[in-house]
Amino acid sequence: MTERLFEGADWDFHTLQRITDACEEVATKDLGLDVYPNQIEVITAEQMLDAYSSVGMPLFYKHWSFGKHFAYHEASYRKGLMGLAYEIVINSSPCISYLMEENTATMQTLVIAHAAFGHNHFFKNNYLFKQWTDADGILDYLDFAKNYVMQCEDRYGRVEVERTLDAAHALMSHGIDRYPGKKKLDLRAEEKRAGRRRQHEEEVFNDLWRTVPAGKSKTRSTISIERRRKLLGLPQENLLYFLEKSAPRLAPWQRELLRIVRHIAQYFYPQSQTKVMNEGTATYVHYRIMTKLHQQGRISDGNFLEFLQSHTNVVFQPEFDDQRFSGFNPYALGFAMMQDIERIVTRPEDEDREWFPDIAGKNDVMGVLRDVWANYRDESFIAQFLSPKLMRHLRMFHLHDDPEERAGIRVDAIHDERGFRRVRRELARQHDVGYIDANIEVIDVDLSGDRRLILHHHVIKGSQLNETDAKRVLQHLADLWTYDVALIEVDANDKVLREYVVSPRPISAVA
Amino acid sequence: MPIHIIDRRLNPGGKSLENRQRFLRRAKSLVQGAVKKTSQERDIKDVLEGGEVTIPLDGMHEPRFRRDGGTRDMVLPGNKKFIEGDYLQRSGQGSAKDSGPGEGDSEDAFRFVLSRDEFVDLFLDDLELPDLAKRKIAHTESEGIQRAGYTTSGSPSNISVSRTVRRAMARRIALKRPSKEEIEELESAIAACADEDERLVLLAQLEKLKAKTKRIPFIDPLDIRYRRFETVPKPVAQAVMFCLMDVSGSMSEHMKDLAKRFYMLLYVFLKRRYKHVDIVFIRHTDRAEEVDEQTFFYGPASGGTLVSSALQAMHEIVRERFSPSDWNIYAAQASDGDNSYSDGELTGMLLTDKILPVCQFFAYLEVGESGGSAFDLSDSSLWTLYERLRNSGAPLSMRKVSERSEIFPVFHDLFQRRETSQEKSAP
Repeated sequence: MTERLFEGADWDFHTLQRITDACEEVATKDLGLDVYPNQIEVITAEQMLDAYSSVGMPLFYKHWSFGKHFAYHEASYRKGLMGLAYEIVINSSPCISYLMEENTATMQTLVIAHAAFGHNHFFKNNYLFKQWTDADGILDYLDFAKNYVMQCEDRYGRVEVERTLDAAHALMSHGIDRYPGKKKLDLRAEEKRAGRRRQHEEEVFNDLWRTVPAGKSKTRSTISIERRRKLLGLPQENLLYFLEKSAPRLAPWQRELLRIVRHIAQYFYPQSQTKVMNEGTATYVHYRIMTKLHQQGRISDGNFLEFLQSHTNVVFQPEFDDQRFSGFNPYALGFAMMQDIERIVTRPEDEDREWFPDIAGKNDVMGVLRDVWANYRDESFIAQFLSPKLMRHLRMFHLHDDPEERAGIRVDAIHDERGFRRVRRELARQHDVGYIDANIEVIDVDLSGDRRLILHHHVIKGSQLNETDAKRVLQHLADLWTYDVALIEVDANDKVLREYVVSPRPISAVA
Repeated sequence: MPIHIIDRRLNPGGKSLENRQRFLRRAKSLVQGAVKKTSQERDIKDVLEGGEVTIPLDGMHEPRFRRDGGTRDMVLPGNKKFIEGDYLQRSGQGSAKDSGPGEGDSEDAFRFVLSRDEFVDLFLDDLELPDLAKRKIAHTESEGIQRAGYTTSGSPSNISVSRTVRRAMARRIALKRPSKEEIEELESAIAACADEDERLVLLAQLEKLKAKTKRIPFIDPLDIRYRRFETVPKPVAQAVMFCLMDVSGSMSEHMKDLAKRFYMLLYVFLKRRYKHVDIVFIRHTDRAEEVDEQTFFYGPASGGTLVSSALQAMHEIVRERFSPSDWNIYAAQASDGDNSYSDGELTGMLLTDKILPVCQFFAYLEVGESGGSAFDLSDSSLWTLYERLRNSGAPLSMRKVSERSEIFPVFHDLFQRRETSQEKSAP
């Protein structure tokens, strides 16, 4: 029998080392995972709260909203309303996992398996992360961002910087490129670029230019609307990008701040699209590793039971009429689907052969799963791999709530032969960020006239923007644009449902 | 693959402090309102505790483009009896409501915990204290200096000669620096020596010893030690604070609130100076009684007004429980200024003969209605009386107050008195 990794609940740093080595052995040999180098950091509860308030990142620029979140989390943590996560993992290379010091040895094993191998593999291999994030550069970039913001505060005043960041944060969810095509972000280069730009400005600065008389204004160009929109890259759904490039009166440092916020939003974009898959992968991996370690006798029965208890808590899915229900639990759904795929690959039934001819009975569980983890996101993953058996097991059903419908909420489909595909399509859609976020685009700018910026919101299923919030966000947008901004909500037939027009606040009034 | 395991637990905490301060600064007016409200509800003694405050989330809202309304589709787990085409009744917030975590939008109030210092700071801010005074109240602590061993650096005046010399001696012995006697001995031996060869040997020896003496200094900078001092909080005494208040019907809620704030401030102030502070509440109409804080501020009472009764009660309590030699006695009286005319004589006598001699500080606060310009009216009977006493040299602080911001100036006298009395007690 192999030696136990630990006895009881206590651990020290040698234990962690042994645990990590054991997990790594299973992860690479049995599961064939491919991970970034690991860095494991042990932290206290207070540090965990710190990490919470800066979206889990180890370093971040200073802003009041993080303080707000910290105060909020701290209050609810102190009152016992909220437990803290056992771990936080950062998509970087090396991959940093934070472990709470309070965890028992079993819990540390669980979270190392979960974060340092499960999440880590997913970060390194999933196409979205490969496409949109730069794991090598992120920490340096955050460091650069932090210092840059600090410098700006020194040079231009805290109020000014805060105002720009407030506005940028409000637009953060619409500061994302959703379609690839541009070159991959290289965050290290970003950092250098900003430095060079500033240096260049300083080198070529010549006060004489100020005294050169302005020439006659150029004749009004009579370019066509199409040409103009093309020049501005319109329509543009990345509002922060558009402002950074085209807002007429922003200072260079403000553009750089917008760029920082935009890059950070982009960095988190894959995470919001892969919650189910990411957690599902990590949960499946920790389950496999823990089971294996137990089989090898490296974890005692008692500790394994402790693990099973935490594990079942994590993958618990309350039913819709349960007090505790708050939507699908990504851990539960992800883990159930991964296990279901394992079943389909190894012990398929006729139904599975019919629904999943490509993988049913292929017998190479890890091969199939690794391929899935690499090439799907939540929406496509569910659309492709949610099996009838699992839908029956979770007793899924689809509700359609039309406010116009007097009779009530209609049950549109249930887990039966007629409903499988519809339920699956609808659940996949629920996990499609492109569908959840409001679809807002910059349509046009009246460059030769009053420079009004025109945005369209393409309303889906009659769901319009929340009015108070929309007005506030538009106010921020107008402040950055410094001219009027109009947002028009149109439905699928181009019928105008509502129009907002917001004028920028005069600078003094904002400050 | 190498794995790095790092212990971050010892890293300095408070990484979020800066962000928190920014948040508080931004939410200042909201938090201040909350602190004001909380402090009104609190007992005087609790004013120094930090605590949870609630502010409306509205002012700190971070807007996003959000959608709501429209037709909604949702897939849910746990179907028990529905089949396709069924209709569910909408029951207000139906059980099938998808309550997505909408970034805390559902909460209209934001609760969080303020530390004790943050709370006191905001509380004092609300009273519009000048910064200097605020620092005094909030942070001054009388400190004494005491010896605390030796250090290798310091100012020349603090050099410890004995310690330095002792170390020098130890070093000289350890390094075998030749002593003066040794050299003298050798010199006399050379003088007495007749044999030329032996003299040369002795001379060489002397040379060596002298060189060594030069190499090893008598006192090396390494030897120097300075006396180290550290500041320690001075042993603190105890104080008792008497709160006297007229509770007859003419005192409105606003007046009582002003008085309460005044007492709170005095308490905060005393708490910083004395380890132990007792509070005695004496309320009076035409009779005085010692009561607890709840009754003091909120208990119903009615009757005429005899200030002397309160002073008499205070005098008795002092005699019984608070010997002036053991206790620093502070008294603060709040009243709307009414007193029956026949009582004036007795009040004045009690105050000058019995009360003031034992008090460190006696403050009289005449409270008026908010917005009412207390200065237009003719002076009240009590004010007239106290003013007369003060003019004849009695150490009284007195102030008319109708707004919270006017409370502080009363303390102005207090600070000045503190300084002079400290000077007096210094020798």
